[in-house]
Amino acid sequence: MSHFHKKGTKGSPGINTASLPDIVFMLLFFFMVTTTVRDASLKVRLITPQATEIQKLEKKSLVSYIYIGPPIRAMQPKFGTEPRIQLNDAYASLSDIPLFIEMERKAHDEKEIPYLTTSLKIDKEVKMGIVTDVKQELRKMNALKINYSTKKGGRADE
Amino acid sequence: MARRRKKRSLPQINAGSMADIAFLLLIFFIVATTMDTDSGLLTKLPPMPDPDQPPPPEIHDRNIFQVLVNANDEILVEGEWAGLASIQKSAILFIDNNGDGSCNYCTGSRQPNMSDNPDKAVISLQNDRGTSYNMYIQVQNELKRAYNELRNTASMNKFGIKYEDLRGDNQREIRKMYPMKISEAEPKNIGGD
Repeated sequence: MSHFHKKGTKGSPGINTASLPDIVFMLLFFFMVTTTVRDASLKVRLITPQATEIQKLEKKSLVSYIYIGPPIRAMQPKFGTEPRIQLNDAYASLSDIPLFIEMERKAHDEKEIPYLTTSLKIDKEVKMGIVTDVKQELRKMNALKINYSTKKGGRADE
Repeated sequence: MARRRKKRSLPQINAGSMADIAFLLLIFFIVATTMDTDSGLLTKLPPMPDPDQPPPPEIHDRNIFQVLVNANDEILVEGEWAGLASIQKSAILFIDNNGDGSCNYCTGSRQPNMSDNPDKAVISLQNDRGTSYNMYIQVQNELKRAYNELRNTASMNKFGIKYEDLRGDNQREIRKMYPMKISEAEPKNIGGD
């Protein structure tokens, strides 16, 4: 055991870093569990309205998103400024929604289908016309659980 | 023992870089994380009307609380101009009215032109295609606030805690006392897009 002895240098002992990998792994697992990788890059401008009576969406895996808003600035020369629907990663039209819902359903277990929620992320400047159309389309597909995505905030009149 | 010794002579895997690898992964996940959970107003759309089914019975006029929002984001409540701030109050008065006296937990003043009981009360929300989405959400929020306040009061009286803190059956019971009935009429296009 004598070869573990240091040769009499009496400086302060170094910090023991043996547990560093463990700590790092712990953090790593935490972030791996909490991560949901952002799957869609936004192609529409989204400033959701504020509301007070909001609820948190429980199961993220059961939520599919429909974005509606005017195209972002980079896309405006090509697509104008009229509000558009975005499904997944691309602009879509109303007639694409049934297929989108169908795909969402196929990706889930049959038991989970009644709990599937569609979250509508809509810019607050959008007119109700296009929103109503989307809602009608969802009704036709019998996807009735929806969520109007809003931020927590004060009421507009306060 | 001899075998053991032999095994020890195998070169060990160098674990010195493990921390570095873990750090690399850690940084990747930190960057990729989005912590924000989505939140909003959860609602249920009515199912499409079935052509084989007979149309639902007409609802008596006094049991309907009509809210109209036009293309200029102006609000009409029960036929009168109203501001956003007054919707909640008038909705509560309407729902809690207890017209037929069957609701023993209501505190309403039993007006003849408002709802019979909370179970029969229906809020009809109609908007124009030109209404802004923001206004629509604000109105929805106010109506929801009216129901939440009624439920909170009922829950405080009955269980002594807030509605949102109730669990399972108790929450269902309060929900049954004040069922949320917000009906959205088929959209109209009056003011244009």
